[in-house]
Amino acid sequence: MNLTLKIWRQVDANDKGKMVDYKVTEISEHMSFLEMMDVLNEQLVNAGDEPVAFDHDCREGICGMCSMYINGEAHGPDRGVTTCQLHMRMFKDGDTITIEPFRAASFPVIKDLVVDRSAFDRIQHSGGYISVNTSGNTQDANSIPISKHAADEAMDAATCIGCGACVATCKNSSAMLFVGAKVSQYALLPQGQVEAADRVKNMVAQMDLEGFGNCTNTGACEVECPKGISLDNIARMNRELMKASI
Amino acid sequence: MALDSKVPQGPLKDKWTDYKNHINLVNPANKRHIDVIVVGTGLAGGSASATLAELGYNVKSFAYQDSPRRAHSIAAQGGINAAKNYQGDGDSTYRLFYDTVKGGDYRSRESNVYRLAEVSANIIDQCVAQGVPFARDYGGLLDNRSFGGVLVSRTFYAKGQTGQQLLLGAYSAMNRQIARGKIEMFNRHEMLDVVVVDGKARGIIARNLVTGEIERHSAHAVVIASGGYGNVYFLSTNAMGSNVTAGWKVHKKGAYFANPCYTQIHPTCIPRSGDYQSKLTLMSESLRNDGRIWVPKNMEDVLAIREGKLKPTQLTEDQRDYYLERRYPAFGNLVPRDVASRAAKERCDAGYGVNATGEAVYLDFAASFERYGLEQAKIQNTSNPSAAKIKELGQAIVKAKYGNLFQMYEKIVDENPYETPMMIYPAVHYTMGGVWVDYNLMTTIPGCYAIGEANFSDHGANRLGASALMQGLADGYFVLPYTIGDYLSDDIRTGKIATDTPEFDAAEKEVSERIEFFVNNKGTHSVDYYHKKLGKIMWDKCGMSRKKAGLEEAVEEISALRKDFWENVIVPGTATEYNEQLAKAGRVADFLELGELFAKDALVREESAGGHFREEHQTEDGEAKRMKEFQFVSAWEYKGEPKDAVLHKEALVYENIEVKERSYK
Repeated sequence: MNLTLKIWRQVDANDKGKMVDYKVTEISEHMSFLEMMDVLNEQLVNAGDEPVAFDHDCREGICGMCSMYINGEAHGPDRGVTTCQLHMRMFKDGDTITIEPFRAASFPVIKDLVVDRSAFDRIQHSGGYISVNTSGNTQDANSIPISKHAADEAMDAATCIGCGACVATCKNSSAMLFVGAKVSQYALLPQGQVEAADRVKNMVAQMDLEGFGNCTNTGACEVECPKGISLDNIARMNRELMKASI
Repeated sequence: MALDSKVPQGPLKDKWTDYKNHINLVNPANKRHIDVIVVGTGLAGGSASATLAELGYNVKSFAYQDSPRRAHSIAAQGGINAAKNYQGDGDSTYRLFYDTVKGGDYRSRESNVYRLAEVSANIIDQCVAQGVPFARDYGGLLDNRSFGGVLVSRTFYAKGQTGQQLLLGAYSAMNRQIARGKIEMFNRHEMLDVVVVDGKARGIIARNLVTGEIERHSAHAVVIASGGYGNVYFLSTNAMGSNVTAGWKVHKKGAYFANPCYTQIHPTCIPRSGDYQSKLTLMSESLRNDGRIWVPKNMEDVLAIREGKLKPTQLTEDQRDYYLERRYPAFGNLVPRDVASRAAKERCDAGYGVNATGEAVYLDFAASFERYGLEQAKIQNTSNPSAAKIKELGQAIVKAKYGNLFQMYEKIVDENPYETPMMIYPAVHYTMGGVWVDYNLMTTIPGCYAIGEANFSDHGANRLGASALMQGLADGYFVLPYTIGDYLSDDIRTGKIATDTPEFDAAEKEVSERIEFFVNNKGTHSVDYYHKKLGKIMWDKCGMSRKKAGLEEAVEEISALRKDFWENVIVPGTATEYNEQLAKAGRVADFLELGELFAKDALVREESAGGHFREEHQTEDGEAKRMKEFQFVSAWEYKGEPKDAVLHKEALVYENIEVKERSYK
């Protein structure tokens, strides 16, 4: 298929940036979206132009590095996938595709489609861990039974890949799905109980400090989340915060 | 320099304990004055950074990704081995040791493997304490599954995302230390050289990938935890950015590189679909617990399937060739990866491949749907369940176990694996070879360590499934923190290492000159053009089977390709900005050197062992034929051109295990 791409180009954080049109031809429907971008970049390099910068690494939907806002949706039109897993069979010949970076005040653009998501790391530094040393002298792994239900729910929350689609898609640029997922994972496990109150307070405080907005329950984050992280995690985080604050 | 593996004396089972009892320690007050650099933040680098910082050292960690959490360990799916014997099926430290040495085709170091088996149980305890949500049974205890090449269930897992959960565990431990200021994290930074001062590794030159700035970082020791070099094949299951640069740079500065030809070609990956393909996707080995691998028995069925006139589900049992069950009745679908991959290649070479390219076999879950469905019907007291009901119940169980893998398959291939068998084919996945290290995990450069996939030590010529995660975390959490202390105990009076020295000047100059060359070269071909050409040579001549003539050609072709690269490569943009092409050019330049050494290593190793299959050396029924005279580690010393490297041999001695023909029949 032949496509027109409208891509956000921005030299660096200080540049104003603009949309630029490109044409790609003979795109196979079996290509992944990023392979289509590879074709474009190879074309640009061979023509002596600057290729489009975009983040990507594992290309199997788990590292959370890729981050494109495609036709007005984080990770594009398919559901339950990252950009790297989006395939060209979702598009048709002659389409015009708009490609932008994940936009949020807390995710400044580094170049073109590459954004700085270090705010997520800083939220994790503020409490996204259990304070246990790696001495190897902890108790036996089976000494505390954990109900399968709780373990599975913790796993569902822990599945978050930290890509930031929730923030990019939220009209308030809220990071509450991301933070809620981490708070929930630990809140659901006995090992996380000891520090639960401090954890939720510190992580929420850091989240606010980074300038992320609040949740107004539109639920767009849950729809666009490539890993299906549930809104329940935001509710659980709010409960944990309430519990910690009274 | 003669190789000294520094394996402690004494009985195998006491070596590690005795070693720990007798090494020198650094007192906590002195640790505050000692700096350690860790390159890479996967399971090995992440766990090492966290532990060293907990102990009190000042750690500087480097990742080329935007966060330590994105290192490619995150993509490991199936699980992690540990000799816990929770299932009571006869597992033990010795058995894990035995399986790993045998699985590696008797080409790994006994003492290292035993230590790995010994600390494996601690890893699970540690991870549970960190909040890793491993799968559990209804009684609330940890669940296990089986992987290839073993007869017990010792693999712990978190759905099909075990690597992700373990890495997030290590990342959380790092976060705690980053918050305390004990780890200084350098994201989007790439190590471009090691700095050796008075014979000791004392720092690195790194490039800030956002600004292009070249930075000097000093330390009392440097730890390489940068993963494997599977991307030398261009197409592999590695991440796009995975590279050999850190390992190769230390090799060029004096670290020996061991067994580069030992590469794991993983049997269950999604087949390639076209020339535009940028990477291959793994379908976890855990699927072989419940999936059966087959191709049609009759050629006319193969052709009908390829033409779309016949569906695989229409073939009756006796029209299918479950070739692994046929050839290896004892281990069946759970033979080790090298054996499963070669068997798939054998069937496809014979013309039985089931897709358009002829390079695919089926992985079929129909039998599992029925088995689990019947069990569930019984549990739920459903009498006379219909076939459809059984299938539905069975599919729900399979979905709970491997749901994310099935979804990933469907998204890529556009076929529903619940309704039709998956198509799979082998792909490059892991490299057992790597930087040579002694028992302390130190390279032949004093003060330079290599851990995880970046070193060569534990998997011999073939790695068993779920052992990479085990090794990465064992090295980082439980081995290196001891061994590095013994070395650093000599450095308590050294003080801060200065970076304004001739050694740093020279290393930085070399790095800068190379970058200047790339951005100024008026070439004609992109970096990917060369990477793809290299990949094709590697796959065709150093792939699943290798022969003398092909390897000789590979050495020459790679050498010529490298020459062409240095004349005609084009790198757009400048050196002082975010420039992915520039970063990639440096990585491919190093792959072009490693590839040549790889081919030479494969040429010299006149035997078949594990993942290294020389066509000249096979048994009558096509199995790998090991040679007694090759029972050694090939450690290569850099001497200019890769093909001029000098071979040093570390003899492999087996005192606690009988070296036998490796049979899974």
